[in-house]
Amino acid sequence: MEASKLPGFLLRRMVKAAIVVLAIVVCNFLLVHAAPGDPASVIAGQSGVADAVFLEQLRRQFGLDQPLYVQLWIYLKSVLSLDLGFSHRQQAPVAQLVLERLPATLLLTGAAFAFALAAGVTLGALAAQRVGRWADSVITVVALTFYATPLFWVGLMLVLVFSVWLEWLPSFGMSSVGVEMQGLEVVWDVAQHLLLPALTLGLFYLAVYARLTRATMLEVADQDFVKTARAKGVPEGRILRAHVLRNALLPVITFAGIQAGQLLGGSILVETVFAWPGIGRLAFEALLARDYPVLLGVFFCTSVMVVLFNLLTDLLYAVIDPRVEVAG
Amino acid sequence: MSLLRVEGLTVALPPGGDRPHAVEDVSFHVDAGEILCVVGESGSGKSISANAVMGLLPKGLPVRSGAISFEGRDLLSLGAEAMRRLRGQRLAMIFQEPMTALNPLMRVGDQIAEVLRVHGSGADAARRVPELLAAVNLPDPAAITRSHPFRLSGGQRQRVMIAMALALEPALLIADEPTTALDVTTQMQILRLIREIQSRRGMGVLFITHDFGVVAEIADRVAVMQRGRIVEQGPAAEVLNRPQHPYTRALIAAVPHGAAEARAAIATASVLELRGVEKTYRRGGFFGARAVVRAVHDADFVLRRGETLGLVGESGSGKSTLARCVVKLVEPEQGTIAYHGTDLRPLSRAAWKPYRRRIQMVFQDPYASLNPRRTVGDTIAEGPVTHGEPRGKALERARELLRLVQLDPGAMDRYPHEFSGGQRQRIGIARALAMEPELLIADEPVSALDVSVQAQVLALLAEIRARLELTMLFITHDLRVAAQICDRVAVMQRGAIVEQGPTSEVFAAPQHPYTRQLLDSIPGRGWTPPEL
Repeated sequence: MEASKLPGFLLRRMVKAAIVVLAIVVCNFLLVHAAPGDPASVIAGQSGVADAVFLEQLRRQFGLDQPLYVQLWIYLKSVLSLDLGFSHRQQAPVAQLVLERLPATLLLTGAAFAFALAAGVTLGALAAQRVGRWADSVITVVALTFYATPLFWVGLMLVLVFSVWLEWLPSFGMSSVGVEMQGLEVVWDVAQHLLLPALTLGLFYLAVYARLTRATMLEVADQDFVKTARAKGVPEGRILRAHVLRNALLPVITFAGIQAGQLLGGSILVETVFAWPGIGRLAFEALLARDYPVLLGVFFCTSVMVVLFNLLTDLLYAVIDPRVEVAG
Repeated sequence: MSLLRVEGLTVALPPGGDRPHAVEDVSFHVDAGEILCVVGESGSGKSISANAVMGLLPKGLPVRSGAISFEGRDLLSLGAEAMRRLRGQRLAMIFQEPMTALNPLMRVGDQIAEVLRVHGSGADAARRVPELLAAVNLPDPAAITRSHPFRLSGGQRQRVMIAMALALEPALLIADEPTTALDVTTQMQILRLIREIQSRRGMGVLFITHDFGVVAEIADRVAVMQRGRIVEQGPAAEVLNRPQHPYTRALIAAVPHGAAEARAAIATASVLELRGVEKTYRRGGFFGARAVVRAVHDADFVLRRGETLGLVGESGSGKSTLARCVVKLVEPEQGTIAYHGTDLRPLSRAAWKPYRRRIQMVFQDPYASLNPRRTVGDTIAEGPVTHGEPRGKALERARELLRLVQLDPGAMDRYPHEFSGGQRQRIGIARALAMEPELLIADEPVSALDVSVQAQVLALLAEIRARLELTMLFITHDLRVAAQICDRVAVMQRGAIVEQGPTSEVFAAPQHPYTRQLLDSIPGRGWTPPEL
């Protein structure tokens, strides 16, 4: 890619990304409102007063009595001014709630992503190098096992083994409760808490990357330019790294871009299993409580993330593969 | 002492092949400063022999017996590491497909520098790489050093491959069909380049090719291979002009000789007339930058009943696009495509349908143009059936057509993968003929075939054309083939027809400089194949 094209490319993609996010916001809003039950009836139900007058009053108070398009318009206006609304249930601005929880989720998904990518590509490359031998078979079988096992079950088993039986690692939360710590102690404590949920979240994708890397490396190894390298007298190790692996990584990157977006969604389950204080759990709680503003806020936040990751992937791709022309 | 001496080499094929050995008891030698051409058709074992010398045989093809000595060392007994050190340093190789032979993600300069680096001369790379690129006559070596392969044309990439092979001044260069994938003018440039560098440096060259024209152009000595064995070997002049072995004689007889005989002018009614047809490809728009390619313009021609017109040109000249415009596979923006006076261009799909019967096409790639999941009979009968013919009758006719294209009617129930390239091309021709067309458009129908098969298919086309009184538009990049089959030729360059006329006149007295250049680039022009 030529560097001079970069600013224009970024600008065009930002405009497109903004349009996509706006469309997602509208879709989310309509979807949430299509679900039966509204916050007024939930609050009324929980407060024990369920007469029609009180419900009417609540609805008026939240603006729920307005026609849907008016509600949408109001919501869009506030989103555009970065105001995600106010959670009457939690008595706090939505933006604040989401931002409080976001770092925990990013830490978890980031760790899982890095682990899955690094370990997956390494295992895949090892398997491809030893294709047909026992190491290849072991890696393939292990990858297939991770691929086929449900996420929450892996999580529960890890807790059972490492927390309950071996008592090596904590089983829930993000940090130890009621212990005074500072500096590196905090980092160590969070790292211990992070290990099991990150493993759980990353294992499935590790399997996917391992299989993908193995398959593409075997495919690339048959290509003409690898033969050229061999005819040049390049040592096998360097052929594998500089020629085969580098070309084989292109499809892996494409997939990693998709995964980066999905991880945020996948973390809901893991955050629930491990009581991890991220936006996944926030969304889950908001859903049960029909807390629309929070739910929409989380959706908005994750959709921005997904679009951002896609943009990053495209950029990375253009940097790695010179044949890719950055075009709007 | 010879530079390279191969003695009684036998390489096994995996069990279940059509023969037990890929090459059997092959002996040849290459001296310093000479070019040995190994000639043969696909599957003759010529590439296997070359790969055996490089120590690059695939695992499934073990050397059973024989000896390969290079500069006095026995290559077959060398270890993997010693062999690796020889490769790129004393032995170098270039390949057939320049488009895929370079790593797409690495800059050209880095790929050349890699040879130097892995053999311990990396320190010189910055100085040597531009020198090497200049030595293979690439313009602006500094810019090319920084380019990625996809920015370069096929010919430029092949030059890069040669620069890479020559980086450490090897004693032996193995060239495996290095010009087969190139256009004829580029091929001539590359052949001259190899010849020039070889004589300047006194290298030995083992040159593999299937084309006797190329042999005539470049070889000092020739070895002819057939089904894994060398059947004839000798000095180039000897083998080319006085071939002894029946196989060599058959191969040379099959070479299209490139001399066009005068044919009677055809003055029948016009079948197809193209006027002002233009096709322009645009890319980008809205946000991105625009790129405009004028694929076809200024390409008027008239095709008369019973005539064969050759559209000749190099890749990217627009000859295939023009042919596709005629059958509406590509939709031109402008012009008239008059078929018996009716303009076909503005017709809708439905209005076109009756004409589909009368205008049929034969495609280049006999492997890709037949549906692998359909039997040959169904493939041939499909066209007539969609045009409303009863299935039984269509299948009956398919059987007759197979006989017409000299295939066994038993082929009806078999699938395309069971046939060779030449047989598949016959099936493709039968499929086109099933519609009883008046106009046949043949898009490079023999380009993917071996020379002997090519001669058979050309003979078949000529015979069918005469028997069925077909009119034919014949697209080819090979002037020798055009000379053999076309009444008139139209030479295309960059989307336009630059010259057209009776084949013998165009060949004898080309008017346009590009036509002259094309004719001068025919390999082996100075060699007249002997009458056999």
